[in-house]
Amino acid sequence: MTTGFDPAALLASAKGGHIVALGLRFVAQGSDWCEFAIDYDRRLVSDAASGILASGPIVSLMDTAAGFAVWTKRGGFKPQATLDLRLDYLRPSRPGQTVTGRAECYRLTRRIAFVRGVAHDGDPDDPVAHLAGTFMLLEPK
Amino acid sequence: MTAVTLLPYADFLGIRIQGERAGAPLLVMPFSEGLLNLQGGLHGGAISGLLEIAATAAIDATLEEGEDPRSVFKPITVTVDFMRPGLPADVYACGEVVRVGGRVANVAVSAWQDDPDRVIAAARMNFAITPPAEK
Repeated sequence: MTTGFDPAALLASAKGGHIVALGLRFVAQGSDWCEFAIDYDRRLVSDAASGILASGPIVSLMDTAAGFAVWTKRGGFKPQATLDLRLDYLRPSRPGQTVTGRAECYRLTRRIAFVRGVAHDGDPDDPVAHLAGTFMLLEPK
Repeated sequence: MTAVTLLPYADFLGIRIQGERAGAPLLVMPFSEGLLNLQGGLHGGAISGLLEIAATAAIDATLEEGEDPRSVFKPITVTVDFMRPGLPADVYACGEVVRVGGRVANVAVSAWQDDPDRVIAAARMNFAITPPAEK
């Protein structure tokens, strides 16, 4: 990978935090995208009876994938902050299934990064959620 | 306002009901190391999770005493704006139900830390309401 940003190395240096607490896993990286996954965990459900994963962990998954996509496109772990995120939930994820989220940084300006992404629970053609968002870049690229 | 039960995911985040504010439950997410992002601030996903739980708690609280719970809320769209960095400290959130109909609830919700006038994040959330029988 020629982007200059290595997600695995950054994650290996993290001792704890929300990414570790949720069990988010780095899956893959491209020139302007990153993919993460979250394994099913009964502690993260919205309703004990249905066993459906709450939407919060999916926001965390997509926010993380998007932030890493921006670092990938910026070529390094530089200061940035999420400005806004919108998630559309197309359907609930299936209980027991790992949810995989890929986010792409499709436009980088001096101050703002634009991201979009999709989460699915096994079949990328049958997504569970779509993401659109922006990040503020806190240091010129 | 009727008693409100929080989701299992709320326990995971350590969220508790701390009281009430303008007729809606006031929630607190005490600071813990597991809420941090890689830059040392609160993770946007954890703040969004708190906002979602405050929103569903606000909908729950609109039920009349004795009314059957609308047990399932499915978020349809969630839009979160982050205004200020989340510091490593407790976060509070409270939702305002804009409208709750038979099928959809529209909720505005905001989160702050030491000062309720300094909002760190706010969201609009639209939920589908599924009657328990249709689960």
